[in-house]
Amino acid sequence: MTEVSASIKKPNPFVAFFISIGAWFRAFPKRFVNFFKRLGLGIANWFKGIWTIAKEGNWKTRLSFVVMGFGCLAYGQWLRGVLYLLLEIGFILFMIFEGPAYLGKFGTLGDHLAGPIYDEAGRQIGTSQGDDSLQILLFGVVTILLIVIFAVMYFKQLRNAFANQERAEFGMPIDGTKDDVKNMLNKNFHTTILSLPTLGIAVFTVIPLIFMVLIAFTNYDAKHLTPGQLFTWVGFQNFVDLFNFNGATSMGQTFFKLLGWTLLWAVLSTVTTYIGGMVLAILINKKGVRFKKVYRAFFVVTIAVPQFVSLLIVSKFFDTQNGLVNQLLKSWGWIDENIQWFGRTNLARTMVVIINMWIGVPYSMLITSGILMNIPEELYESARIDGAGPVKTFFKITLPYMLFVTGPHLITQFVGNINNFNVIFLLTGGGPTSGDLMTPAGKTDLLITWLYDITVNGTNPDFKMGSVIGILVFIVCAVFSLIVYGRTSAVKNEEEFQ
Amino acid sequence: MMLSILGLSQVAVTVLTIVLVLVAIAQLGVIGWLIIRNRDKVKSTATTSASSSDGYKKRKRFGMKARRITSLTIIHIVLTVLAIVWIIPFVYVVLHSFRANDYGTPFPQAIFPTEWTVDAWAKLLGGNPAAYQDSRFDWINFPRWFLNTFVIACCSCVISTLFTLMTSYAFSRMRFKLRQPYMKLILVLGMFPGFLGMIAVYNILSSLGLNKGILKDVALVLVYSGSAGMGYYVSKGFFDTIPKALDESAKLDGASQAQIFTKITLPLSKPIIVYTALTAFMGPWMDFIFVKMICRGDTDYGTVALGLQTMLEREQYMTHWTLFCAGATMVAVPITVLFMFLQKYYVEGVTGGSVKG
Repeated sequence: MTEVSASIKKPNPFVAFFISIGAWFRAFPKRFVNFFKRLGLGIANWFKGIWTIAKEGNWKTRLSFVVMGFGCLAYGQWLRGVLYLLLEIGFILFMIFEGPAYLGKFGTLGDHLAGPIYDEAGRQIGTSQGDDSLQILLFGVVTILLIVIFAVMYFKQLRNAFANQERAEFGMPIDGTKDDVKNMLNKNFHTTILSLPTLGIAVFTVIPLIFMVLIAFTNYDAKHLTPGQLFTWVGFQNFVDLFNFNGATSMGQTFFKLLGWTLLWAVLSTVTTYIGGMVLAILINKKGVRFKKVYRAFFVVTIAVPQFVSLLIVSKFFDTQNGLVNQLLKSWGWIDENIQWFGRTNLARTMVVIINMWIGVPYSMLITSGILMNIPEELYESARIDGAGPVKTFFKITLPYMLFVTGPHLITQFVGNINNFNVIFLLTGGGPTSGDLMTPAGKTDLLITWLYDITVNGTNPDFKMGSVIGILVFIVCAVFSLIVYGRTSAVKNEEEFQ
Repeated sequence: MMLSILGLSQVAVTVLTIVLVLVAIAQLGVIGWLIIRNRDKVKSTATTSASSSDGYKKRKRFGMKARRITSLTIIHIVLTVLAIVWIIPFVYVVLHSFRANDYGTPFPQAIFPTEWTVDAWAKLLGGNPAAYQDSRFDWINFPRWFLNTFVIACCSCVISTLFTLMTSYAFSRMRFKLRQPYMKLILVLGMFPGFLGMIAVYNILSSLGLNKGILKDVALVLVYSGSAGMGYYVSKGFFDTIPKALDESAKLDGASQAQIFTKITLPLSKPIIVYTALTAFMGPWMDFIFVKMICRGDTDYGTVALGLQTMLEREQYMTHWTLFCAGATMVAVPITVLFMFLQKYYVEGVTGGSVKG
């Protein structure tokens, strides 16, 4: 509790947050330089290490330069030695049979399509296998990644061999296979438990990410779809195209219009759901309210029901022609003509914010209600003794407390809302379309749904621009969350509890 | 009518403004009421101590009580109205799964259907869909989709939970080089819009041969659980709160890290295990993007999400509306029930890990 009372004297967490954004950017050049300094030093040290090994190593160690794992095998670490050796054999086989096909064409991403092959007399003697730019790019990335991993392992075994040699010279014990196995469950347990998750992350996140980032530097779009056509590198052309502001429907104008709405949406949806959830939590937790659990259950159902069900239903409720809402309003005589709920910019935008409250309020109620009950009663009591009125109490105690405790959560929510795909996609699909935006974009489109439309969903996929936009969104979100991450006490005070 | 003179957009804006104003008034009213109530409490304690008149005290207390009852009634009314608003779409779905379907009619106008039947449910759950000899329905094989989803959800739940717990334990309890950079890297990687990478993932899985028949389901399990380690954040926060003294004493007794993990940390982490498993289990039921990309319209091996989505896409959605309602109920009910039972753990997980000042 002392932490809490101390916290109230601290500056408002949001002010502090924006100050820290400034600080982060001010510190950035320095950090940037430092990073390269450290990188340079690291590389220098690494070369020095290799040189030492080559100079001072005995024949067993030196043989390890050619036969991986020899330095381990020679000193009785047969498990490591065999694994290193197998790795080397596998890698060499891979580089002979698979690697060149992808790496060789990585520079051009393929140069010929499938087509007939003619002999000298002009007769067709077969069909050539064409290049597939996508496959070349993807497996080129995989190959490069494998080479990097191999290189790391190669130098690791070299150092291992040299360490073995030194230990033998000084008569120190060398970890045998038994120790290796034991260490896997104890000292090196993190390697054991991180290996599979890391493999998963590498295959399902890192490789796709590198692939998509590289796509931003190619001309992969509807005119260059594989396997029918080839695409190739174009350098920074796509980034130049993004900042083309000629005409209202140009890429640049569309991008910044959508970025504006995305940020507005993120602010609106975060604030409305947060305040709505807090009010709801206060109401339900009020002393004397009965059936608390029943009420809570009613609201929580929206979290449990898949959003593609609940949001699709709601979107059909507000259908212009056949929607329930319009039909009801008509049958009551309130309106004569159907209202286009998602047909006009401002109305559609208001509707998505309101419906998002329907989705988001229960979630934020769940989170805030526990914290609301945790506000220490003494705080209120001392405020009362000091003669603070209830309004003052609310703004001086309840709100600061809530903002302080849920600050990081709020900012995570904000980043989440920038990427809130479901609500927009399922409700409006980005519509209404407008004359002053590029074709697939609509007035309620967030950057993320626009991205989906121009890459996955559309009839004219434009992967290259999608990738460029993806990178920009990614940078914005990543900076935000890195700053939050640094400020979260879950990280700062990591050692405090333990 | 007055409203018809106004343009359509004006009507819309009017209606919306009214709604918004009502909501705002309701919220303001509630806040104001809370404030007034609290002020009364402060005042009454002050006045009761100052005044010695019993009659005045009694009257005051009676007034307080009356006001309290009125305000509580208002709260109850407000909560009930809100609860109804929140629940109406789901009630509607359940009711309309029992509606007598007149295929292709416009959207039903009332919340309560006039004619009732279990037709949609029979069609959805019973027998061979191909027997209908009707191209509108012969592809709908709901029991199969449900089974697919269930199996996929179970498998990916197990794998995801293991991956997440292992990653978070390593980050929370072990100290090794590159720990901090790795944690940051994962955080940043998570910011990348997942579906952008799906083209690559699809090609990787195809090259592994996981793009035909039942193997698509294997691919789905991998897609849902492969990167699970990236969700270490919440459970690491939980592990951080388990006192390290426990580990130390176990170490003195000769326990290895693996033993500490399985015999000490995990048994103490029931809430977070349930939370992780619950979110992982719910994932495949809720996802509609990845399944579409992996299965490419092949609903036979897809999840319910794909099937239900296709129902609304294939033809005019009115044709399949009652079927969709029944299917949506079938999906929503088990998840909701599960969620209700495990809600406590969910709240603990969410508030324990991610909400820290």
